[in-house]
Amino acid sequence: MERLADYIVYNLPFLQQIPRVIVDLIIMLFFATCMLLFWVALFAGITSWVERRVAGRIQSRIGPNRVGPQGFLQWIADGLKCFLKEDFVPAAADKKLFLLAPYIVFAGMFAVFVVVPFGDGLIISNLNIGIFYVLAISSLVVVGILMSGWSSNNKWSLLGGMRSAAQIVSYEIPVSLAILPVILLTGSLGMQDIIRAQGPYPWQWFAFHNPFTFIAFFIFFIGALAEGNRTPFDIPEAESELVAGYNTEYSGMRFVFFFFAEWANLYIIAALTVTLFLGGWNTPAHLYTNLFGLLHRSVDVAGTFVFILKSLFLVFVIIWIRWTLPRLRVDQMMDVCWKYFVPFSFANIVGTIIWMVLADAAPVLGYVRYILFVVGLMVPLAIAMKITRNFRLAKSEIHLNPFI
Amino acid sequence: MGEIVFIALAVGTTVGAGVVAFSKNIVYSAFALLLSFFCVAGLYVFLAADFVAATQVIVYIGGILVLILFGVMLTEKIEKVNISNQALKPFRAWILLIVSGGILIAAIVKTNWITKAPLPPTPTTGELGNAFLTRYLLPFEIASVLLLVALIGAIIAGRKEVRRK
Repeated sequence: MERLADYIVYNLPFLQQIPRVIVDLIIMLFFATCMLLFWVALFAGITSWVERRVAGRIQSRIGPNRVGPQGFLQWIADGLKCFLKEDFVPAAADKKLFLLAPYIVFAGMFAVFVVVPFGDGLIISNLNIGIFYVLAISSLVVVGILMSGWSSNNKWSLLGGMRSAAQIVSYEIPVSLAILPVILLTGSLGMQDIIRAQGPYPWQWFAFHNPFTFIAFFIFFIGALAEGNRTPFDIPEAESELVAGYNTEYSGMRFVFFFFAEWANLYIIAALTVTLFLGGWNTPAHLYTNLFGLLHRSVDVAGTFVFILKSLFLVFVIIWIRWTLPRLRVDQMMDVCWKYFVPFSFANIVGTIIWMVLADAAPVLGYVRYILFVVGLMVPLAIAMKITRNFRLAKSEIHLNPFI
Repeated sequence: MGEIVFIALAVGTTVGAGVVAFSKNIVYSAFALLLSFFCVAGLYVFLAADFVAATQVIVYIGGILVLILFGVMLTEKIEKVNISNQALKPFRAWILLIVSGGILIAAIVKTNWITKAPLPPTPTTGELGNAFLTRYLLPFEIASVLLLVALIGAIIAGRKEVRRK
């Protein structure tokens, strides 16, 4: 970014008369606005529609299909409605904190996008502490959620806020520990370095690198779901118990801020998983960049496409999980975290270290990744076979057409 | 650029700390810590210590502040706090303030501060890791054992006692 600022000032001489502070600020604002307008807002909005449609189909309903073709413009209608609603503050609420809380939640989510990569060289700032920065800055969300829960002066909100904070703080530990094997294998915290350490083909991804990263991948993904308050861990907003949890008292634009953060968080979970475990933007073409020469840029575009495709698939999986699984109880949620994930992720770190030492001595271990890839492939196959068998046994009619 | 940001961060740290100390509402005090901690992290960035800055945020905001908030939000009297420790009545408190403040100011004025030209940000993570595992291994391990003892102690203090019949 600094380099870009230098480049722009160098090429546009009239900018040299303006103080550098202002030029830098404008460039930063420009990037933040681009990210917000062209990616985060679009993604969050469209995902809200996709989620409702997918939920409808999974539950044998139709879902929103009135506004625009197939209801595609529903999110704009909802956004406009919330925009025009009264900015309501309950009389008993603590006004200052109540008004501030949505911004802190949103800022904590949005700040993560600074290091989310989109392609080779396509990243706002490739910080050398990349993934560590993500863990750090996203803890702002917890503070915002606690703030909204307390300041609403409502029992449901307070309970929701407390549950959410307890959940996020607990799951931060297995998630961070599950990232460590990847960092051990890469030797760097930077997002692009982690992606470059992997290869384009699935058996070169960190998820299949060795048995320990294979387990770490699942711990990370499930833990990230819990940190994002997604089902089966949506205990903080459990509709049947807490109305809506920490955002019960919010309406209009401030309510949208919370949901905006939640849907954008879906993309963050998916993009981080793809970066850490699923090969990022690597495509087979990246191996032959010398060969392509002039086509270098088009290889980058292909990488970006691959990265976003993988991420969107994971987003779909998250939505799928949400509308398939029931919610865990609070004690079960804590059991899963402290009795299973934390010990397993500690064992993963030690295991990865031993594996790295052994793999140096015995290169045969490198072939384990092919076995793990086949094992990984078996899981979706087994699910697909079971589903087809269930359909056959139930002799039910299948409506696979998503457009109704 | 640098000076403006530095002054903003310093003001943020001090104002946050001031609200923590003087606010009548303990929830406000707790949230003001957020500003203070965050600006301190900014000061670390200023010193080209990116890893330390992120650690500051993760430990102080993600850990300690959240714990404090838990405690504060579940207390009954948020605005009228009964000060249980009456050992420091105003007169004695002023004496303590003047003495400790005087020592601090004297230290600030008398120290020969070494100033350096601002460094370009360089990666510090690797060097920190090497230092922890080579030269400073013993203090690092002692701190780890201390934290482990604290963890086990907290579990023992917090669990319900099960009595055998």
